[in-house]
Amino acid sequence: MKIAIASGKGGTGKTTISVNLASFLAEDKEVVLVDLDVEEPNSGLFLDAGLIHQENKFKMIPKWHEDACTLCGICQEVCNSNAVIQLDTIIMVFPQLCNSCYACSELCPTGALPMIPEKMGELKHFKNEHLHFVESRLEIGQEHAVPLITQTHKYIDEHFTNDLIQIFDSPPGTSCPVIEATKDADLVILVTEPTPFGLHDLKLAVETMQQLNKKTIVIINRHGIGNDEVFDYCQEENIPVIAKIPNSRLIAEIYSKGELIYPQVPEFRQEMEAIKTFILNFRKEEVR
Amino acid sequence: MKEIVIISGKGGTGKTSLTAAFAYLGGEEVVVADCDVDAADMHLLMQPDFFRSEDFYSGELAWINQDECTQCGKCAEVCRFDAIPVIEGKYIVEPLSCEGCGYCARVCPVDAIINKPLNVGKWYASNIKTGTTMVHARLGIGADNSGKLVTKVKNEAKIIAKKANKDYIIVDGSPGIGCPVVSSLSGAAFVVLVTEPTVSGLHDLERVYKLVKKFNIKAGCIINKADLNLSKTEEIKEFLKSKNINHIASLPYDETFTKAMTHGQTIIEFGKGELQSMITDSWNKIKQIVNLK
Amino acid sequence: MKIAFTTKGTKWDSQMDPRFGRTEYILVYDEETDQLSSFDNSDIANEAHGAGPKTAQKLFEFNPDILITGNGPGGNAASILEKTGVKISLGAGEMTVKEAYTAFKAGKL
Repeated sequence: MKIAIASGKGGTGKTTISVNLASFLAEDKEVVLVDLDVEEPNSGLFLDAGLIHQENKFKMIPKWHEDACTLCGICQEVCNSNAVIQLDTIIMVFPQLCNSCYACSELCPTGALPMIPEKMGELKHFKNEHLHFVESRLEIGQEHAVPLITQTHKYIDEHFTNDLIQIFDSPPGTSCPVIEATKDADLVILVTEPTPFGLHDLKLAVETMQQLNKKTIVIINRHGIGNDEVFDYCQEENIPVIAKIPNSRLIAEIYSKGELIYPQVPEFRQEMEAIKTFILNFRKEEVR
Repeated sequence: MKEIVIISGKGGTGKTSLTAAFAYLGGEEVVVADCDVDAADMHLLMQPDFFRSEDFYSGELAWINQDECTQCGKCAEVCRFDAIPVIEGKYIVEPLSCEGCGYCARVCPVDAIINKPLNVGKWYASNIKTGTTMVHARLGIGADNSGKLVTKVKNEAKIIAKKANKDYIIVDGSPGIGCPVVSSLSGAAFVVLVTEPTVSGLHDLERVYKLVKKFNIKAGCIINKADLNLSKTEEIKEFLKSKNINHIASLPYDETFTKAMTHGQTIIEFGKGELQSMITDSWNKIKQIVNLK
Repeated sequence: MKIAFTTKGTKWDSQMDPRFGRTEYILVYDEETDQLSSFDNSDIANEAHGAGPKTAQKLFEFNPDILITGNGPGGNAASILEKTGVKISLGAGEMTVKEAYTAFKAGKL
């Protein structure tokens, strides 16, 4: 079962929820936590797990073969990303701008631009008893997060069955990396905070998930600060609020040290129980 | 006219609240640019009137004219993004998957595919409560946040600032380390890095600083919620020292950030305490550094 | 020597543009012929991705020896400039073209 944890606004507690929920569920179930916030993957900072596998992730980019080139300029013409530039007698390729559409390579009349793999990031696979943790990290300077997210999904499908609970920590916002991260999810959990910023960005996230036709539920984090508008909005839109994590300086301090919260704060553990119950019931319903 | 850009790497550090506070303190001396276009929030604090709004286009989307299409399938064959599924016998471009590379249009034997400019959002210019102007935007769902909309917002802010002879442009920058951040930073006279003393905060600060370094822009840092974890705060201060980043201030963990926001106000309007004077000192410090020759 | 500037206008008293990829204009001054030529970069500035390399390519057509600019080109554009042998002088983002030229000649950049 695939569960995506997303949010409109950054800093609402997506990663906090992801790592705590995954660890909590892993107490008696097989779980894989996947960090898809490839520009700033943070979940690993909270987990004490051993590295069992690492691989470079590649995207395909064209490589110029001078000897075969007739300098016709078609490659530059067909590149919509400005990743292929002709300077008099040389062709320069900019891997960071390339989105791997293959147009230049396949339309080149002399085959002077074959596609070769280039490193765009790294995937690491960790394990600690029942919890598997997979993290992908985009190289700085790479423009496109989507290809790395796609390849990470592929790795997960190759190594894990859908029987496991798969939790995907998604990037914040509503742009294309978020779409790519959440599009195969069976359930999307939006983490928000009960403030005007939280509400505003939650609405954008809800709209996005509606466009993707995703079953969406909400967790309100730092409940107690701000106001009730977020809760009221969820009621109006018939979006279940399955947990309300209380605003607590203690929780913030534990988080700041990079430690898990549910072993140390009973009220937080209670909310994890509530989320677990919902997820297991949901899974039963889905199977029917 | 100097551009002051405020970024944070990680979300939730208080970047937007601080940007709004500085904007309020700057009053009529500044023009505001909300470049956090994927999740723009400044308008919730500045009472904008949206006097101007324009559609924004970036990139293209392939569109197949079904009247001309012969269903040869060449387009789907060359598409690397699985963006042309066959639905009830027809080849139709899936908008959320299309990358706008234009390859399909080039190979269609009957020229049935055209590339349509993609409306990815809207940008706005508004009068705000401090008597000056704010340029802001909203990026559409699933859009490619390429940095182009950020650039547009900044350019429009610059035009306005120039015309009105303003001293500063304050930019609420984009989170992360990708193109929108690069566009936010481009042309900046000074960068304010907002962070928090957490494991994630420091991690993302280091990552975003690499980008700032590349562009050679003078930088300062505000550690927010500094008393949450004193040893982490010290760690961050060490990092700042080692990279010659000015430590502008350490602000205490204060619920005023949220309370003010809930009332639609900037922190400065919300009270006259320790926090407000620290933020005022920070703004003065920033102006001082920026005006140093 | 041919010197290129990233600018916001086409004259000596125009303001410099601190950016490279999305600069408004490229101004080129040929010291030998005392000629000033310019290029309107707005089409390139409007590109979603890859404005830097495209501007660098355009610059290459003018074949300058030096580029005077503000913050400097990003990585991709910089590699084109390196390949084409154009030297870069930074720090002239907030002045007029004339001032930038004077500062450069005086070795102040």
